[in-house]
Amino acid sequence: MIKSGKTLKNSIFLSGNEALAQGAYEAGLKVAAAYPGTPSSEILEYLAGFNEIDSQWSVNEKAAFEVAFGAAIGGMRSLYVSKHVGVNVTMDGLMTSAYIGVNAGFVIVTSDDPGLHSSQNEQDNRLIARMANIPLLEPSSPAEAKVFIKKAFELSERLDVPVMLRLTTRISHTKENVVIGKRVEVPQKKFEINPKKYVMVPNNAFARHIDLKKRLQKAEKISQSTPLNKVEIRDKKLGIITSSVSYLYAREMLPDVSILKLGMSYPLPVQKIRDFAKKVKAVFVLEELEPFLEDAIKAAGIKIKAKHFSWQVGELRPEYIDAILKGKPRKVAKSLTRKPVMCPGCLHRPVFTVLRKLKAVVAGDIGCYTLGALPPLGSLHTCLCMGAGITMFDGLKRANVKNVVGVIGDSTFVHSGITGLINAVYNKQKGLVIILDNSIAAMTGGQPHPATGITIKKEKTHKLDLRQICIASGVDNVDEIDPFQFKQLEALIKRRMSQDSLSVIIARFPCRIISRKKAPRPLYIKENCKKCNICLSIDCPAITADSEGWIQINKDLCTGCNLCVEVCPFDSLRKNNG
Amino acid sequence: MDKSKKTHNIILYGIGGQGTLKASEICAQAAFLEGYHVKKSEVHGMAQRGGSVESHLRFGKVVYSPIIPEFQADVLVCFYEGEHKRLKHFLKKGGIDLISYLPKAHKFLKGNNRYLNTFMLGVLSCYMPISKHCWLEAIDIVFAGKFTKENKDIFLQARKIGGER
Repeated sequence: MIKSGKTLKNSIFLSGNEALAQGAYEAGLKVAAAYPGTPSSEILEYLAGFNEIDSQWSVNEKAAFEVAFGAAIGGMRSLYVSKHVGVNVTMDGLMTSAYIGVNAGFVIVTSDDPGLHSSQNEQDNRLIARMANIPLLEPSSPAEAKVFIKKAFELSERLDVPVMLRLTTRISHTKENVVIGKRVEVPQKKFEINPKKYVMVPNNAFARHIDLKKRLQKAEKISQSTPLNKVEIRDKKLGIITSSVSYLYAREMLPDVSILKLGMSYPLPVQKIRDFAKKVKAVFVLEELEPFLEDAIKAAGIKIKAKHFSWQVGELRPEYIDAILKGKPRKVAKSLTRKPVMCPGCLHRPVFTVLRKLKAVVAGDIGCYTLGALPPLGSLHTCLCMGAGITMFDGLKRANVKNVVGVIGDSTFVHSGITGLINAVYNKQKGLVIILDNSIAAMTGGQPHPATGITIKKEKTHKLDLRQICIASGVDNVDEIDPFQFKQLEALIKRRMSQDSLSVIIARFPCRIISRKKAPRPLYIKENCKKCNICLSIDCPAITADSEGWIQINKDLCTGCNLCVEVCPFDSLRKNNG
Repeated sequence: MDKSKKTHNIILYGIGGQGTLKASEICAQAAFLEGYHVKKSEVHGMAQRGGSVESHLRFGKVVYSPIIPEFQADVLVCFYEGEHKRLKHFLKKGGIDLISYLPKAHKFLKGNNRYLNTFMLGVLSCYMPISKHCWLEAIDIVFAGKFTKENKDIFLQARKIGGER
């Protein structure tokens, strides 16, 4: 299945995510599981179009990892996909999966986000591969992603170990010409009962740990000889050791230097690096984020130079290469990008407008609603990780912080909010949690989840009832409300905040990007307007003031949600009934 | 088709909801259809509507970096006045800045801003070594039947305004 464009000389124009998915398809992939997250989401969306592949959005990354791993043990080539921070959620299973190894090939795809374009941190997941003792492949482009994923499956089966393949934002979201081929079916491997391999109790696991180290030694031999680790000798004055997209920046800016490009960067091909270093006068290690290659190469006693430590933060760009090679520190320029803002008509806006008014201290979570932290709404006060909207609410309350409210999105609640809620009930916490239910995983591009009742293949399935989950967890009061019923919303939040019980309010209104429903924009009665700017304070992109301070409502952007009408104290904005 | 070793570098930018990414995709598809090696890189940020959007597009015989180095853009296509300054420094000396066409686009479209991206694309096409039929086929591919005729009309008219050669 080809989604975008025309085939020209066997190649099509694909993003890194699509290319990786295409490669996995051609490699005979049978089971794929993921939780959506920028920049990785399109991989599963592309795979879902193939009938030969059992694809799923899982409840969270832990579930995705274990489902895919189970399928690999069951004998089918399987794939796990997430963004870098998603891999953190899998760690319990991931660490031990390396001991077990595989049956059919199992590949872990991580899409890292150097520069934090859309993430809460910029961790370098190459360190996870090293920590788990699993081989690591790093393609530098979409075309390579397609080739490398096939190699990853082969390696996984040859070495009996999960293999990590690392993309970054600049690979996932770059498009280029990618040569495509036909799918090759891989016969299913038989699952055989084998407790020594599959049951990780202490004695068995100890033996498998010894075995893992042997498998890793084998992997190092492969790393020495694989064409994925490629020596390009040009001018011998300078040799650059590099991996991932940094390779392309080096090629762009320094077309004449010699390069050792590490496509398989763990375990490192130490002898190959030693030989390369001998061939050139000086060696520089060029890599984004952590000194992953640098530390290992230095530890092997090979003389190299590397970037100033300040470059361990942020993504690299081609124009930085000169300064990096000269050993200069990073200069951080002020970002001129516009402040991101919630869409017009977003359900989060009325909720944060109320929370601001009530001076609530808000424990937040990961999703579009994190934008509630930015001024002028400024009503979200913590953001740590998926699920922490409830658990940090709980912790803040235990520290006697006053007026605390927890907020969490619908998809995030299903991902890891439910355990926090049960924990709060079990440990007798009181207070208010608001589930911001826009009935989709919006920020990652609009994926379905269990509470939508739709699968990744757009099939109907059981629809998880959020209200029933809260009731069954033992929450005292569970309310459902349309947040654009503004006065009722305000009264309800106020009441529940003041009660000595545990309450959940489910504020439900579908995401505008998905529903695209519009009502007429409000009428502006200029004579009544006192230029108090309260309507501007709700931070709606559709509302601006002209040079004289009069209000303008953009007809293209306005959805007719009428929140501005609700907050206007002077009857200057009126609902337009058409 | 330009058979030299030159890499053509274009930055398209604006704010979310203007069709910046769609315009970039059409240009990329057109270059692809012409037979170039094409790289297009963009970042999906936090805001779906109204946030900064930029797309780097490069094509030629072989393209390495997915992003255009500073001072190396041949053409800047900005869809929103307020954003223009942000990436202006990417333009190389003697490069082409299409910002002067923005007021012309608004005048031509008479407030029907949904075609702003297509208009600017028509102007851009005058400066690109890509044949007309590739542009039109790219519009077909990207719009996939939705308002294809309207977009082609606007594209061709803007191409005249841009000084079709």
